[in-house]
Amino acid sequence: MSWLNFFRKERETNGTAATAKDRLQVIISHERVSRTKDDFLPKLQQELVQVVARYVSIDPGKVQVNLERGGDFSTLAIDIELPGPAGKAA
Amino acid sequence: MAQVIVVTSGKGGVGKTTSSAAIATGLAQRGKKTVVIDFDVGLRNLDLIMGVERRVVFDIVNVVQGEAKLSQALIKDKRVPGLSILPASQTRDKDALTKEGVQAIIEELSQEFDYIVCDSPAGIEKGALMSLYFADQAIVVTNPEVSSVRDSDRILGVLQSKSKRAEEKKEPVKQHLLLTRYDAARVERGEMLKLEDVLEILAIPLLGVIPESESVLKASNAGNPVIMDTESQAGQAYSDAVSRFLGEERPHRFLDVEKKKGLLGRLFGGRAA
Repeated sequence: MSWLNFFRKERETNGTAATAKDRLQVIISHERVSRTKDDFLPKLQQELVQVVARYVSIDPGKVQVNLERGGDFSTLAIDIELPGPAGKAA
Repeated sequence: MAQVIVVTSGKGGVGKTTSSAAIATGLAQRGKKTVVIDFDVGLRNLDLIMGVERRVVFDIVNVVQGEAKLSQALIKDKRVPGLSILPASQTRDKDALTKEGVQAIIEELSQEFDYIVCDSPAGIEKGALMSLYFADQAIVVTNPEVSSVRDSDRILGVLQSKSKRAEEKKEPVKQHLLLTRYDAARVERGEMLKLEDVLEILAIPLLGVIPESESVLKASNAGNPVIMDTESQAGQAYSDAVSRFLGEERPHRFLDVEKKKGLLGRLFGGRAA
């Protein structure tokens, strides 16, 4: 049995075509949507920094916007580093 | 009025020029007066694939800039009657082409020819946009490989937004998928995207599948369009594609791995053509 499994596993790891198809379906569906509208992320980041800066002094260089595109849903993660208690407040 | 066909892909190296040469030759073989234009200004190669590189005198840029007449730049193929080649310039850059200049050339060619095949350069820059702008039909050449499929989808978007037909809100450019370098053995092993996957993702009608074949390199070495190699699978697949393009029904071939040859067949059968 175990040696049979060996061959079966080998076959599965060879099957990268299925991975290719899944990856293409996700990225192409996202690109088709974004084709019709501008990339909003830079503006989103800029506006977010402005809003947060009204309350806390932050370094605009320490803002990370990460987008993970998925098939069913995507995740937008925004990381803003706030100065520590010792940091120079404006 | 001639039909303008663009052969395009976005990605480079997938077989646009090979396909342009084969399809233009196939159309001419079926009695259609056909001209094939190289739009890859600065990186001319259609002349080599068509085997006319030593006969180039003037090129498309000379015609656009009024330095030569169109009839002086056209090279008549010596093998197939009714087939002409308009080469690209090797020394200028793509900015030498203007929409007005290309339009004038296409209008003049329309008087004489049934089909105008435009061999697009890779990318989505000016040369590629020029080659697809006047198209009535597009043959999108795609390899079963992630970057090629993605770029094909991108170029389909460009056809739907930046062609003359799109800008004038006319009937859209008719799209055809030509899947090239298809390796049935690798598909069977699950290593390569299969035809059905690519069709599902791109969702455009299939014109043909060209199997990976040693005959393509042999043909380009010799400067003969591969469709003239009637023994080879690639040549036959291109021939089927041209027939389908002209509205004939042809079953798709070479999609499955050939049956294993017996010992004698393996000894004497040689390699796949």
